[in-house]
Amino acid sequence: MINLKSQILNSLEQGLRFDGRKPAEWRKVEVEYGISKNAEGSARVRFGGTEVLAGIKLSIAAPYSDTPGEGALMVEAELTPMSNPAFETGPPDIQAIELARVIDRGIRESRTIDMKKLCIKEGEKCWMVSVDIVTINDEGNLIDAAGLAALAALKDAKFPKLADDKIEYREKTKTPLPLLKEPIPVTVIKIGDKLIVDPTTEEEKVVEARLTVTSSEKGRINSLQKGGEGTISAEVLSAMIDLALEKAKEIRKHLEKGAK
Amino acid sequence: MASKRIDKTRKEDETRAIEAKAGVIKRADGSAMFKIGNTVAYAAVYGPRNLYPKFLQNPREGIVRVNYSMMPFSSAGERVRPGPSRRSKEISMVLEKALLPVLNLEEFPNAVVDIFISLTQTDAGTRCAGLCAASIALADAGIPMKDMVAAISAGKVDDTIILDLNYDEDSYENGCDIPVAMVQRTGEISLLQMDGDISKEELLKAVELAKKGISKIFEMQKKALKEKYQVFGEMEANGDAV
Repeated sequence: MINLKSQILNSLEQGLRFDGRKPAEWRKVEVEYGISKNAEGSARVRFGGTEVLAGIKLSIAAPYSDTPGEGALMVEAELTPMSNPAFETGPPDIQAIELARVIDRGIRESRTIDMKKLCIKEGEKCWMVSVDIVTINDEGNLIDAAGLAALAALKDAKFPKLADDKIEYREKTKTPLPLLKEPIPVTVIKIGDKLIVDPTTEEEKVVEARLTVTSSEKGRINSLQKGGEGTISAEVLSAMIDLALEKAKEIRKHLEKGAK
Repeated sequence: MASKRIDKTRKEDETRAIEAKAGVIKRADGSAMFKIGNTVAYAAVYGPRNLYPKFLQNPREGIVRVNYSMMPFSSAGERVRPGPSRRSKEISMVLEKALLPVLNLEEFPNAVVDIFISLTQTDAGTRCAGLCAASIALADAGIPMKDMVAAISAGKVDDTIILDLNYDEDSYENGCDIPVAMVQRTGEISLLQMDGDISKEELLKAVELAKKGISKIFEMQKKALKEKYQVFGEMEANGDAV
C-alpha cells in the first residue's frame, strides 16, 4: 500500500501540498450572512469545498444559580451524515462534542457576549443564546469553519420582539447581540516537522499533532486545544501560535460584509 | 378578482417561487437543494453501500433509508431540538414509501441507499420540499430509477381550495393541509396525508390542484439535473479534466 503520510511529507519537503497550496496557504474563504430567515442570526462559511452553517436561536430561560444576573449560552454541533460518508446518525460522537466545546470555550471564556446585558430579571429570567453548527460538506478543517460561522452568525443576530416577557419570533428588532470581541479559531497541523493550516480530509488522516488557537481581533489568545497523538515542543508551540495569529488576521477580513 | 387565500400575493392555484439545484454537496454520491418560497431543503444520497448490522440486510434487493430532519435554527418559532422525534421518524417513513415505487435496487442485494434530508429554513411544506430534493439527489447519484417523484401540498382555507400552503395557511384554524406526491409518467400517488376537515369532492379537487403543481416541479427537477450535467459536457468539450 502506498503510504499517504510519506507522500504528503515528500511533497511538503518541496513546499507543496496535493492541491497545489503552500503550507500556510488557506483555501478560498466565503462568508455569507442571513442564510436562514427564521433564525435570529445565521451564516454560511466555505473553505474551498468545506461548507458549514451556523444559526442562532434566542429564547427566554432561567439564569444559572451561580450567575443570576447574566444570560445563558449553549453551543452544539451536528456533524451530519449528509456531509461525510463516515459520519453517522445518532447522538453527537466525540468529534462533534470536541468541536462544539472548542467553539463554546472560544466564545464563553473570551467573554465575547456581554452576558450581563442578557439579564431580563435577575435570578428569574434571562436571554438564552443557542448557537447551532451544522456541517453540509466536510472536505477538512471543520473546527475553523465552524468557529468562523458561529461568530458570523452571532454578528448577524438580532433580538426578536419581547412582549410581556414572551417572544414574538416573527418580529425581529434592530438590536444586535451585545458583542465585546470577535474571536475566531485557527488550527495549525503538524505533520513530521512541517506546519500547515486549513487541512484537507487527506491531510487530516496523517496529523501528528494539531493545535487550535482561538484569538481575538487584538491578537489575544482566548482558547487553546491540542489534539492528535503526537507531542509538541515549546519551540514548535511558539511557531504554531505565531502562524495561527497571523492566519486569524487574514481570515478575519472575510467577516466584513461583502468582502471577497 | 382578489385572491381568497391568506397569502394575497398568489392566486389559488399558484405555487411559491421554486428553485432547484443538483450536486450541491460534493462528498455525497448525489445531492440537491430544493427551495419553494421560504422553505429550503437539502438532500444527500450515499450508496448503494454496505449495510451493518448484518441482520438489516435484504439478500433479494437493496434497501432504502430516509432520514428527515430540521436544522435547530430552521423554525420560525423556538429552536428545534436536534435528533429524532416522533414527527421526524414518521415523516422519514412516509418519504421512504413515497420513493420506493420508482426505485429499482435488485442489482444491489444486502446494500443500502441512505437519503439524508435536512431543512435550513421552514415555511410549511417541508416533507414535500424534502422529497423533491431527494428525487433529484437519487437521480444525481445514478441510482436506477423507473421515474421521478415530486410532491407539493394542497389544502383548504375556509371554503377555498389552494395550492402550496405557507405557514400561515397551513396553521389556519378553519382549513386543512394535504401533502401529495406523484410518480411523473403514471401520475400515481405515492404519498398522501391529510388533517383537518374536508369533503370528498374538495379533497379530489385539491389532489387535482396538486397534480398541476407537481407537473411544474417535474420540469424544475429535470432542469436542475440537465444544468449540472451540462457543466460537465462543457468541461469535456473544453478538454478539462472531469
